[in-house]
Amino acid sequence: MTALADPTATSELAGAVKRPKGEPKVPRQKVKYNRREAIAGYMFIAPWIVGFLIFTLGAMIYSLVISFSRYNLATDTATPVGIANYELLFEDPRVMLALGNTLFFAIMAVPLEIAFALFLAMLLNRVGRGAGLFRTLYYLPKMTPSVAAASVFLLLLNGNYGAINRGLAAIGVQGPQWLTDPNWVKPSIVLMTLWGVSGTMIIFLAALKNVPRDLYEVASLDGAGKVRQFFTITVPMISGTIFFNLLVLTIAALQVFDQAFLLFWRNQANASPEASLFYAVYLFQQAFRNFNFGFAAAMAWLIFLIIMIITFIQVKFGNRFVYYEGDKD
Amino acid sequence: MSTTIGTSNATVDPRVQAIGVEETGGRPTKDVESRPAGSKTNPIASAIGKTAIWVLLVGFAFAFLYPFLWLLSASFKPRGEVFDNRLIPQTFNPQNYAEVWEKLPLLSWMGNSILIAVLAAGLVTLSSSVVAFGFAYFKFPGRNLLFGLILATMMLPGAVTLIPTYLIWNNFGLVGTNVPLWAANLFGSAFYIFLQRQFFLGLPRELFEAARMDGASYWGLFWRIAAPLSVPSFIIVFIFEFQASWNNLQAPLIYLNTGGIESFTVPLGISYAMTAFSPGNGGQGDYQWVMVAALLVTLPMLILFAFGQRYFIEGIATQGRKG
Repeated sequence: MTALADPTATSELAGAVKRPKGEPKVPRQKVKYNRREAIAGYMFIAPWIVGFLIFTLGAMIYSLVISFSRYNLATDTATPVGIANYELLFEDPRVMLALGNTLFFAIMAVPLEIAFALFLAMLLNRVGRGAGLFRTLYYLPKMTPSVAAASVFLLLLNGNYGAINRGLAAIGVQGPQWLTDPNWVKPSIVLMTLWGVSGTMIIFLAALKNVPRDLYEVASLDGAGKVRQFFTITVPMISGTIFFNLLVLTIAALQVFDQAFLLFWRNQANASPEASLFYAVYLFQQAFRNFNFGFAAAMAWLIFLIIMIITFIQVKFGNRFVYYEGDKD
Repeated sequence: MSTTIGTSNATVDPRVQAIGVEETGGRPTKDVESRPAGSKTNPIASAIGKTAIWVLLVGFAFAFLYPFLWLLSASFKPRGEVFDNRLIPQTFNPQNYAEVWEKLPLLSWMGNSILIAVLAAGLVTLSSSVVAFGFAYFKFPGRNLLFGLILATMMLPGAVTLIPTYLIWNNFGLVGTNVPLWAANLFGSAFYIFLQRQFFLGLPRELFEAARMDGASYWGLFWRIAAPLSVPSFIIVFIFEFQASWNNLQAPLIYLNTGGIESFTVPLGISYAMTAFSPGNGGQGDYQWVMVAALLVTLPMLILFAFGQRYFIEGIATQGRKG
């Protein structure tokens, strides 16, 4: 680390050395590339290019082809069936059911995750000594493998003897049948998701640290209360981060698999097979339980399209609300 | 985007790495504590506010930790008491930890998980940093376009490539082996390439120019200069991927479920055990074995976090800053 001991100096130096020495004022259009350097550059990025061609671009094309075929795993042959798989997407009621469940879950989970994570981050940001300890404790759920979390939540959420309902009973509330009542299936998974919200919290915490303190001082001299400060300073200043989290959490929520699979779909016994059918789970079942690769590939393209549309809408609307600080980054 | 090494507008600043957790962490900053002093807040209200904050902090800490405590105590309970919700076991049954190894092939599961996680993390660290160096140091036609493509692939839902990837491995006859769980990491991974590149951009360019004068090869620039200076970002990538691999459920479910249960990873094994030992649903109710296994799969991650905390926090915070 000694090399970085005084990095401010070195990076300033780097800038100073570079400018006179770097490209003299050449018109932008014709950048001269050093041939040897360019070849070396391609060599360095070659692993990614190979991987991209096979596992991304190649796979995407292959996936598209399969989605228009019936795939027979035994003979490894794809028979073209036209758009039959795509038609089936709209004929199979379970696709729409799964899609509806997943969207419903996302609409419930994402705003709660953002609000809760931001709340925790602001709480941690308020305290001085001890914040590090609490941050560590809050982060532990994020480290926990989903199977371990699910194996515990399966019992905590049990409607009859689970600790959560026992706790609710102690304060006089009759808890629901979290895992068997169709209305409570999604809230159970939301609860598990909120338990692991600390990754988002850390991102918010980093953003909050970057909000200039003097803004609050000026505002409080002007008589703005805490609530006012939150909405006129904090939210606009971290709007970029809120927006980022919104995008990332939405995409994640639309692909939720582990919790739904572990709590409901490990085996045949499932008390609420309708309410707990999430898109990723149904896709997985179609692909790797029934080996309907063509249909599952079509399902994958549908969710891809939906994610793209939702992201596009979010970006379109988000740009109106996001405040970008100067030209930084 | 037309940045190169030495321009130093890096998001992952080596300075941050060097200092560690303080930069992003919740350490006391003077401003925070002195802030309310200037205004005309009354002392009683501020005392109540402080107390409320601490009550909330402790309350949430309990809520976040409760499942861990529950798990820990359940793992020490005999069969009949696993579900009694006591945090201190009525009957303390530490022999669960001795007997679990006969009930479940935990040792082979752990061996599989460790092997896969080390290979996955090691390979992705190396390959991503090589690629990242290519993007950070060299100028070549199409560089910005290709880098944009890398960022774009992060948006692609895994579902789209899930099936073709399976068929590729199936064609090689590798379904049922652990190869599909790590081999794709030979080709780098978008987020890690992004992260490493940001780190490399923060290194001073004259280091590399001096080395070129001394006759270092391009590979030498990477291996002898960039790599040793980038150990912190290597650690971030390694532990992130190690965690991702260790916790992964879906890929083992797809690729290892066909074989015997000895070839499972720990998460896949536990999901199997959850069914076999759950009360009801045909399970025989010896859920304490699941609890012991769940504790043993979690413990390495907690230890990893204890030692690599600042790297996790920094890595996560970086994720946010790219937006």
